[in-house]
This record gives sequence, structure tokens and C-alpha cells, in this order.
Amino acid sequence: MLYREAGQFKTNYVADSAIFPLREDRIGLAVIILAAYALAFLGNSFVLQAVMIPFLVFSLAAIGLNILTGYTGLLSLGTGAFMGVGAYACYKLMTAFPGVNVIVWIFVSGFFSAAVGALFGLPSLRIKGFYLAVATLAAQFFLQWCFIRIPWLVNYNVSGALDAPLRTLFGIPIMGPNATPQTRYLLVLTIVILLTWLASNLVHGRIGRMWIAIRDMDLAAELMGIRPLQTKLLAFAVSSYYCGVAGALLVFLWYGGAEYDVFNINQSFFILFMVIIGGLGSLIGSFFGAALIFILPIVLGIVLPAALSPFGLSVGADVIEHLRFMIVGALIIFFLIVEPHGLARLWQIGKQKLLVWPFPY
Amino acid sequence: MLYKVFIEPFVFMGEAPDLLIQTLWEGLVSGVLYALIALGFVLIFKASGVFNFAQGIMVVFAALILVGLYEKGVPAFLALILAAVAMLVLAMVVERVVLRPLVNQPDIILFMATFGLTYFLIGFGELIFGGNPREMITEQLFLPQGTTEIDALGGSIRLQHLDVAAAVIASIMIGLLAVFFSKTRIGRALRAVADSHKAALSVGISLNQIWVIVWFAAGMVALVAGIMWGARSGVSFSLQIIALKALPVLILGGFTSIPGAIIGGLIIGVGEKLGEFYWGPLVGGGVETWLAYVIALLFLLYRPQGLFGEKIIERI
Repeated sequence: MLYREAGQFKTNYVADSAIFPLREDRIGLAVIILAAYALAFLGNSFVLQAVMIPFLVFSLAAIGLNILTGYTGLLSLGTGAFMGVGAYACYKLMTAFPGVNVIVWIFVSGFFSAAVGALFGLPSLRIKGFYLAVATLAAQFFLQWCFIRIPWLVNYNVSGALDAPLRTLFGIPIMGPNATPQTRYLLVLTIVILLTWLASNLVHGRIGRMWIAIRDMDLAAELMGIRPLQTKLLAFAVSSYYCGVAGALLVFLWYGGAEYDVFNINQSFFILFMVIIGGLGSLIGSFFGAALIFILPIVLGIVLPAALSPFGLSVGADVIEHLRFMIVGALIIFFLIVEPHGLARLWQIGKQKLLVWPFPY
Repeated sequence: MLYKVFIEPFVFMGEAPDLLIQTLWEGLVSGVLYALIALGFVLIFKASGVFNFAQGIMVVFAALILVGLYEKGVPAFLALILAAVAMLVLAMVVERVVLRPLVNQPDIILFMATFGLTYFLIGFGELIFGGNPREMITEQLFLPQGTTEIDALGGSIRLQHLDVAAAVIASIMIGLLAVFFSKTRIGRALRAVADSHKAALSVGISLNQIWVIVWFAAGMVALVAGIMWGARSGVSFSLQIIALKALPVLILGGFTSIPGAIIGGLIIGVGEKLGEFYWGPLVGGGVETWLAYVIALLFLLYRPQGLFGEKIIERI
């Protein structure tokens, strides 16, 4: 009875085209955001450091890939490399201009990865589908090679690794060894909310419509006056921007330091899993997908030994790791069979059911 | 700089033709093996439109079963047969559990399903056989070993017997598949399905059976590829990276063409080795990891459907 459309009348076009037309939805969103901020003060540092920060970072990367794959219909397997470009650009900028606040550089580093992404998006006019996916693999392997072979990228650091220097905001360390999980979580949360809001506006506006038109039928879109190359390149650029920022957050606000290997092809695959499981062409799906793919293995690692111990079976860490792979693989197939439109579709069905409850339709 | 890129390597090739031949030979051998892996992709893509990402792990899996069974005391050739049976079982299970429920879904969904299959097989394989790399049982399968040095062109060219055997076996395999596709009843049915699912169904070809057959055929190709790659570089899960190498081969040859896979494989194999040997040192080496992709990418800009791929004509 609490969730009803009835009685909420729209009296102007702005209200009618709102993203959240229902008052209940807006309240719900506000509650979720407040809860997310409250978690910084309630959750312990394990929850923040090992669960929430990576979850948010991966959600951001998944949003990036979703813009490209879900909204524009261009399959990409180079996400990991684009994240890497963001991280390395951020590192170079941070160390070259230590006076400027690091948050500026986190946002700026995305532009570098956007440029690289657009460059590798150039073939997208000529080639489609799986061919394009393999072309993005070229980006993945070439960029990863660059990360290894160009020592300038890590300031000729002998270890070849990126490390987060100490940086502060209002005198509080937000990066580097002294930053607490709490402050880093708050920073990541704020950036993710900001960029999600931006992405939401993008995909619901003119540009998003153009992307969707290209996805649904590129020839028809072209006839309607949408220029395919510019639109596709824009999708590549925006997508890579998000991935780049996510990469910078991943290295400097989650790990605190990383090698090139973080941005390998498995990272790309994992983010693709998140997008597909969460739901193609859905921003909230990106969050669901990241939650399922990232948090599920952690939960499994805790639950499995506990579930098996009553039967006298003690399982080693390696067996759990193998089972984790098997279960994630099986779950992917299961979800694809049961709900190929992803978790976002389940969420939508749930909301629809709730709207008409207690009547079946 | 331009001199170093465009002239010096060729001068070097002319000065030391034995090194050039050696490099070409190595490129051809790895090209044949890439082609073998690419063939598994093509078989499945042709008959069911599924881009089978799991082909790489199938290669590892088949080789692991073979070696794993041998280590448990099964004679080598019985292990080989059992590995083939295991690939048949895998084909049937995949058809029943994965493909049949996903009929009529968009391509990307089927593609993702093979991702799920990949992860499942990685976990499953490691659970049963452990994640340690192991040796391929080359001697027990009567694969030749050792090397021959041929003195020619002012130097010596080194031929690994195993490489020769690999090239021969891969060629036989490819020939058999070509005959199978063009001469047999099942081969005709496969081609019919590749042409049009609906038309094939309407003349009474069972899609489910066809899928089992192609997955089994791809499994056999994977087994052969697994033995060959395993003999060269050991059997471990890192072998599946090699399967990713088959993707530029596919691009170059076209997703639906068996000759394309072979020629694409040879071009990629040779191009990669030449690039690594002659141009690699200019940029610090290691170009093998991405050169194949860049070759394929540049080629795509010129001919988007690949060498032998079907040109897709779009209409509104």
C-alpha cells in the first residue's frame, strides 16, 4: 500500500519526463544514499576496505562498459586496459603536479583514457559484433605491453609498480598509507554517486537516445540523421572515461599500489560479466552485477567452509578457490538461462509487482 | 629511425638467410597450431552461430584429462580414447544444459554462456587434476623427439621433430575435417545448418544432434591441439592464453571459413615471429603479445569481413 502511482499527477513536462517519476522511488533513492554514507561510520574497516570500496569501484567500471556495450551495443574486451590508462595517467599527473589537489587529477585522468578509448574505437565504424570485440583485445594487449615496457609511466620506478603517494584533502589524508578506509570509502562513494548521476543524465538525454538508436539499428539511426562514427566514438570516449576513473580509484584508493598485472584481460572479462549479469543497458544493473560478481565469491569463501564443517569435511583454500570458479561459471549460465536481461530486469519486475500488489495485474 | 624500421631488418634478412628460414619455419609451425585452435572456433561458429570462448579451456581440459589419466596408471592410448570420450560427454552436457535452454537468444548471450562454461571448466579441471603444470606424455604417444640440423645457406637450420610431426598431424586433421564436411552425410547436414537453421530444421535435420556433433568435433580438434601445444610448452592452465591468439587468426580468415582459419593461422604465425625477431628489439621486445592483434586490426580496416568471410549485406 505504500508504493502506489495513484494520486501523483504530473502538471508539467519536466515532471513527466523525470527519471524517477514516483515519489516513493525518490525517497527510496535518498534512503539508499544516506544509508551508504551512514555505512562509513557504522561498518568496520573490513567491510569498507574489502567489500564496499571495490564494489563501488567495479560498479563504476561496469557503468563505463555498460555505456558502451549495453547502450551502444559495441562489445569491448579492453576494459581492463582502459582502466589501466586512467591509473597510469593519474599517477603521472599526481607526481608531476603534486601541488594540485589529487581529486582534480582523478577526474582529469579519465580524459586520457577517453582519448585512448576513442582511438581504439575508430575501427567501430567498419567492423561490428565479435570482430570489434577482438579488435578491442588489440587495445588490451597493446596497452598492457606499454605498461610493462615504458618505464616513464612509473617514473622509472625500479619495481615497475604504481604506489599511492600521501595526498590530503582539508588536511585529512585521503590517499597513501595513512588514509583510513573510512575516508577513502567516503571519497569513492561521493565520486561514484556523482559520476552515476552524470551517466544517468547522459543516457536519458539526447546523447543516450543517439546511442540507443545506434544499438537498436545503426542503419536506421544513420538515416534519421545520427552520425554513426561520432556517436560511436563518443560512446567509446565516455565509456573509457568512466573506466579510467575507476582504474585510478582501484589503484590509489583501494589497493594503494599495483602493478600492470591488475589490468590484465581477466579484469576485462570480470567487468563484462558484471555488465551482462547485472543487465545490459541499465545503470542500476551495473551495481547489481558488481555486487553479484564481486561480493558473491567473498560470501562463498566464508559460507562454504561453515556449511561443510558439520559433515566433517574440511576444505582447503585451494578447493574453495576452485569451487568458487565453478560456482561463478555455473551461476553465469544459470542467470543467462533464467533471466537473460540480467538482475536489473528482475528488479524491474519486482517493482512492477509491488505497484499492483495485492492484485496480480 | 626510419632506416632502422624499414631497411635494416631487410638487410639483415638478406645477410643471414638461414636465420630468416629458421624464423619462417618457426612461424609456420606455430601458425599451423594457431590454425588448429581457430578451427575449433570456426566449426562451432559455422554450425551454431555461437562464438565459443571456451575453446581455449577445452584445449587445456582435453590435454589435462589425457595426462591426468595417464598419471593414474591408464595406458597412454586408452587414456587418449577416454579423453575423446570425455570430450563427447562434454559436448552432450553442453548441448543439453547450456545450448538447448538458450535457443533463440541473442549472440552475445550465447557468447557469455561460453564464458560461464570457461570458468566452470577451469574450476572443475583444477578441482580434479590440480592446478600444477605437467609434462605432456609425448614418448608414450609415439611422438618423435629430438632435432635435426640441416646445413644450408651458410648456416644451419634447426628442425624440431616434434614440430614437423605437429605440422603433419595438424594438416591431416584439417584434411580429414575438410573431407568430413564436403563428402559425408553429417557434413552436408552441418553445412545446411550453417546456411540456415530454419531451412535445415524444415528438411528434418535435428539441430540438437548437429550441435552435439560439432561440439564433439571441436573437442577432438581441441584434444589434438592440446597434445601438440602440451608437447611444446607443457600442460597448464596458462595454455588457454594461446587460445586468445586464435582470435586474430579468426579475424584475418573470417569467422566462417575453414581455409580462412588455416591461411590466417599461417599469416599470423609467420608475421608474429618475423615481427618479434626483426622488429621486436627496436621497441624492447615482447611484441608477440599484441602484434597479431594489430595485424588483424589493420587488416580489418581494409577488409572488414576477413579474407574468406561472408560479406554481410545490410538492408532496411
